[in-house]
Amino acid sequence: MIRSIEKQRNILDFTLSSLWRRRGKNLALLVVYTLVVFSLGSVMFFTQALKNEAAIILRGTPEIIVQKLVAGRHELIPVAYAQKITAIRGVEAVKDRLWGYYFDPIGRANYTLMVPESIDLKDNEIVVGAGISRVRQVFRGNAMLLRTYDGRPISFLIKGILSPESELLSSDLLLISAAGFRQLFGVPRHDATDLTVQVFNKKEIPTIAGKIVNTLPDTRVITRDEILRTYDAVFDWRGGIMIAILAGAVLAFLIFAWDKAAGLSAEEKREIGILKAIGWETTDVLQMKFWEGMVVSLSSFFIGVILAYFHIFYASATLFEPVLKGWSTLYPAFSLTPFISGYQIAILFFFTVLPYTVATIIPAWRAATIDPDVVMRY
Amino acid sequence: MRKSDSFGLFIGTGMLLLVAILIQAHFVARADLPLLQQKAAVARNLGLTDLCLSTEARYTRHLSQSDWHAAFQSHPLALDHFPSGSVFAPPETLKKSHD
Amino acid sequence: MIQLRNIRKVFNEGRPNEYIALHDLSLTIAAHQVTALTGPSGSGKTTLLSLLGCMARPTAGRIVLQGREITSLPERFLTDIRRKTFGFIFQQFNLLGGISVIENVMLPAYPLGQPFSTLKPQALGLLELFNLAHKAAAKVEWLSGGEAQRTAIARALVNHPEVIIADEPTAHLDTRLSREFMDIMGDFKAQGKTILIASHDPLVHESPVVDRVVRMRDGRITDSGVI
Repeated sequence: MIRSIEKQRNILDFTLSSLWRRRGKNLALLVVYTLVVFSLGSVMFFTQALKNEAAIILRGTPEIIVQKLVAGRHELIPVAYAQKITAIRGVEAVKDRLWGYYFDPIGRANYTLMVPESIDLKDNEIVVGAGISRVRQVFRGNAMLLRTYDGRPISFLIKGILSPESELLSSDLLLISAAGFRQLFGVPRHDATDLTVQVFNKKEIPTIAGKIVNTLPDTRVITRDEILRTYDAVFDWRGGIMIAILAGAVLAFLIFAWDKAAGLSAEEKREIGILKAIGWETTDVLQMKFWEGMVVSLSSFFIGVILAYFHIFYASATLFEPVLKGWSTLYPAFSLTPFISGYQIAILFFFTVLPYTVATIIPAWRAATIDPDVVMRY
Repeated sequence: MRKSDSFGLFIGTGMLLLVAILIQAHFVARADLPLLQQKAAVARNLGLTDLCLSTEARYTRHLSQSDWHAAFQSHPLALDHFPSGSVFAPPETLKKSHD
Repeated sequence: MIQLRNIRKVFNEGRPNEYIALHDLSLTIAAHQVTALTGPSGSGKTTLLSLLGCMARPTAGRIVLQGREITSLPERFLTDIRRKTFGFIFQQFNLLGGISVIENVMLPAYPLGQPFSTLKPQALGLLELFNLAHKAAAKVEWLSGGEAQRTAIARALVNHPEVIIADEPTAHLDTRLSREFMDIMGDFKAQGKTILIASHDPLVHESPVVDRVVRMRDGRITDSGVI
């Protein structure tokens, strides 16, 4: 037992010397692999944290939302529709909601405007999210100019800034009174953006949703359940960046495996021949190859995972900023709660360390079985 | 110090850090619970339906409110916002309808 | 000590480039002696050496080492016996580049699981024997021909072998270093080791250190050198 530990330590010593000999190439491999683990880890941690956070935060979202569709587009809904909904059995209350988007040419960002139920705002008062405050450098007591739908500028007074802790939800929110909203967007009093429905019995939500669609065929219904499940699959793998990252990772890996498999170089073969000649067995050579793979992949794994953790939970996932921000100037400074589990780490390990190590050993198999007398013949 | 010992130390430190991270994450998550409740309260009071991740377009800002046509709201030839638009897909639940 | 009975070695058997290196060869190597194998190139010296040193298997025939037949032993056992019994000095030295001298010396002992704490001083001791201790940490590329030769010899000794096998050891050495090499072999013989040298260099097989000269030609022994 002691012997075999000593043997592995010895072989590892040699492996490290051997790797250090070609340190340029091996350091480059280390960097590439760390990046691969870092990317995969970052995406994993980010999506998992978002999912968990969404599940908790959005629990209180409206039970049913009713939107009107015209020619496939979400249009303003007549407030009168609420009466037909109230008539459905099981419906406790129906409220009309006003919300929309405002593009601010000065800040060069889109804001989400909402009329809040729970906050009383005077006609010229607004409350803005921390992101807006940051982008426009406006604070409590400042005035902010907004332009109406017909080009008139109106000055609003900032009554308060929403808490920075809630930036994940409210970074781009601009809360405004109903009167202010209608004045800004020209939404007539008989229309609203959509309707929210409260029911007596939560279990009835799907049934009532179906009844609403029957009663009002030009509407579509979104239930709380659907809203929550949206975030189960956040960050779709279907295209764009996710595929690019994965493809990059797989490609880096394949390049490496190819380098190894496209025959060990003549020099490497000669060295294995020497090792065999001086008394190393085939299994000893393979153990060395195993350590070769392990050294690089284990190092990359630890460095990559630890960096990914700090990136997502202590640096606001800044490297994803260009992906999510796009042309906008607004990016929430969100501090995600770290929901990471041993399971995620295990998956990362499985998909990075394992294949890498295997790719190092398998191509070496043939060369490792070289006859020991080969070096003598030449 | 032997090379293999240095490597062992390096990996050992890595493992310790990883374990420390897992433990710390656990405690931070626990400590964050009241904060999360606060955020939940904000969401409930304001009737919010989505996280503010990307403000580029309607369908990236309000993921749950978007539908198959949301990308075309701007105009029929409007190109998908890249890369944010390709990162988010319309919600799975759109695939079933309410009957 | 080592007996070869009716050994035949064929390379690429059955294929168009079939080559018979050794024809029905029988030989007994005595222990504690210096035996030299000599003959022109192509005579089969190197092949014979590799068979004697358990590095290769014969196509036909038997090999008996210290009374034990080893011809059909599986690779693992053969390798184990080989590395404990034999120390090889190759014609090209075959040291590993980019690695230090002392690590090259220690390499054959690595798979045996010998603890570093005992192995390193032992290797250093060997280097001291050959006045190379000051070069222990140097990379092998920086060594002179003679120093590389002595490193190769030190490496061959690290597992305390009973038999030392050298293949054309003086091929890259000048006269002075060649004589030095033979002196070292003489010292080993005095220590009780068995030595096998293949060489066409007269400096080797005419050396007083050599007890027996076996002459070969075309894969056969022409003069077994036994009186």
